[in-house]
Amino acid sequence: MTPHMLTRSLDRGATIFIAVVAACGILIPLSNLLLPAGSFLQVPTYLVALWGKYVCYAILALAIDLIWGYCGILSLGHGAFFALGGYAMGMYLMRQIGTRGVYGNPILPDFMVFLNYSKLPWYWYGFDMFWFAALMVLVVPGLLAFCFGWLAFRSRVTGVYLSIITQAMTYALLLAFFRNDFGFGGNNGLTDFKDILGFNVQAEGTRAALFALSCLALIAGFLICRAIVSSKLGKVLIAVRDAESRTRFLGYRVESYKLFVFTVSACMAGVAGALYVPQVGIINPSEFAPGNSIEAVIWVAVGGRGTLVGAALGAVVVNYAKTFFTSGMLAPYWLFMLGALFILVTLLLPKGIVGTFNAWWDSSEEKRTAATLASAAAEDGVTEPKMAE
Amino acid sequence: MNVMDNRATSAMLYLDGVHVSFDGFHAINNLSLTLAPGEMRAIIGPNGAGKTTMMDIITGKTKPDEGTVLFDGVTDLTRLDETRIAELGIGRKFQKPTVFESQTVQDNLLLALNVDHSVKGTLFWRGSKAESERIDKVLETIRLTDARNRLAGSLSHGQKQWLEIGMLLAQDPKLLLVDEPVAGMTDVETHLTAELLKEINKTHTVMVVEHDMTFVRELGVKVTCLHEGTVLAEGTIDQVSSNERVIEVYLGR
Repeated sequence: MTPHMLTRSLDRGATIFIAVVAACGILIPLSNLLLPAGSFLQVPTYLVALWGKYVCYAILALAIDLIWGYCGILSLGHGAFFALGGYAMGMYLMRQIGTRGVYGNPILPDFMVFLNYSKLPWYWYGFDMFWFAALMVLVVPGLLAFCFGWLAFRSRVTGVYLSIITQAMTYALLLAFFRNDFGFGGNNGLTDFKDILGFNVQAEGTRAALFALSCLALIAGFLICRAIVSSKLGKVLIAVRDAESRTRFLGYRVESYKLFVFTVSACMAGVAGALYVPQVGIINPSEFAPGNSIEAVIWVAVGGRGTLVGAALGAVVVNYAKTFFTSGMLAPYWLFMLGALFILVTLLLPKGIVGTFNAWWDSSEEKRTAATLASAAAEDGVTEPKMAE
Repeated sequence: MNVMDNRATSAMLYLDGVHVSFDGFHAINNLSLTLAPGEMRAIIGPNGAGKTTMMDIITGKTKPDEGTVLFDGVTDLTRLDETRIAELGIGRKFQKPTVFESQTVQDNLLLALNVDHSVKGTLFWRGSKAESERIDKVLETIRLTDARNRLAGSLSHGQKQWLEIGMLLAQDPKLLLVDEPVAGMTDVETHLTAELLKEINKTHTVMVVEHDMTFVRELGVKVTCLHEGTVLAEGTIDQVSSNERVIEVYLGR
């Protein structure tokens, strides 16, 4: 992709978004590392990790908005791609533990020793190398999305049916990863990580660096999505969303477009998961839970579908609310509140936060332009003819 | 023998013995019809006569149970899907105006242009002067130059119909299938649409399905009347409208 494509049509909203994310990505780690602990402006380490988690969720939300907001593909299983990326990173982190595990086996992770594995399963080969794990973070979710999409889109499975089979996909993976003999740690998943690229994952410096990297990934993901949706391909995606069969009669191979954007989106979700795992320190099958994927769709709906910035904002806002409400007396009611939030947004803000703001901004902009024109006309001594509606 | 003689027929569109049934209902029954290159044909017929189903068959949306559908003398359309048929050069305007409502008039035409429609081609697309000139020309033809930056969803019904015809022009197909282009239009708009279609017919083969007899008369072309999925009568509008069986099916028995 040429730099021209990445910078094309960066409007005001997009520029502000990138500036804010970049500022957070630089200032928060610096404040955490350089200012004395406990000082007013110092961001405590636990908050760096927490916000790092939000940023990963924001990347996942961007991935969902790309397919749902622009192409009308409502995936209720995107958590699966996120979790697969997370597992790929988790496998690398497990292999880095080496002899420091409880059983001190240089090759086998603890859970394999515990479950009497005699040797490393073939699909764990290569995960001791970071570059290989990083590649798998993209390849595994991408390949699954490609195969799944190839079958589903070619058979013209759309709308609610597609949503249901994406739910089934993530649920099937949930069940598979729960099994001890599947080779990914079963119920407990992968945890007790020690280091990443030689740096201690618990260290403040590593956490700050991971946070900065997550922000960088969010910006990169945003620029890629932006380049896609502002190209002619983006117009085709919107055409598919609004009138799929019309697009087909114009001679577009709709399934190829869906497949492309679905695969890109799954890769992005994988990257989000891979950045998430070292920051939270664990990955287990519950990440595949269908509820997680649905929650991610709610973030996008709250922030504003088809706006990209809104998706990221929605992820942060809803998760901040979740942290806030689940840590107090209101904790048992969080799910009710999440449900209520979804209903309220659907009823009152169908365009989401950013979509509603954009609509308001555009209409006030129009009024301002009209007012300027009218006053200019008045100065010229011309009366505006009444426009017939 | 000429090389071109592997063509089974010289017709632009050739339908022979086509049958389609949905759950036992015979929508199309032994339908045979030919369209010569450069011809404009009006298709009339009461509701349920199979007009739209016929278009569905030609554009690949519906597969016939039996029969031959040949395009340009060589291509068997029954084996191809919508995208491939559109690429071959058959454009379709739907009964209900179907434009991309959340995109501008200009972008609607841009999407319709018959340029590279591959994923890679559109991702790395950059506009060219030739393309924007073609769009300008179409905008002028369909009288929407002033509305080029408006959202298609904000156009009036008649303008949407024209935009859709404009999209067909941008697509520049060999054969245009136009389903009820003047439904819901005012008399003036209907007249202008007839002029527009006649203009288009100078360079394209056109098939128009329409209920509006004044409009069909204004087109002044050969008329085919369908009834219960088969051809009932064919000829000039006067011949067809004076045909007793046609009068019978229109007025009821």
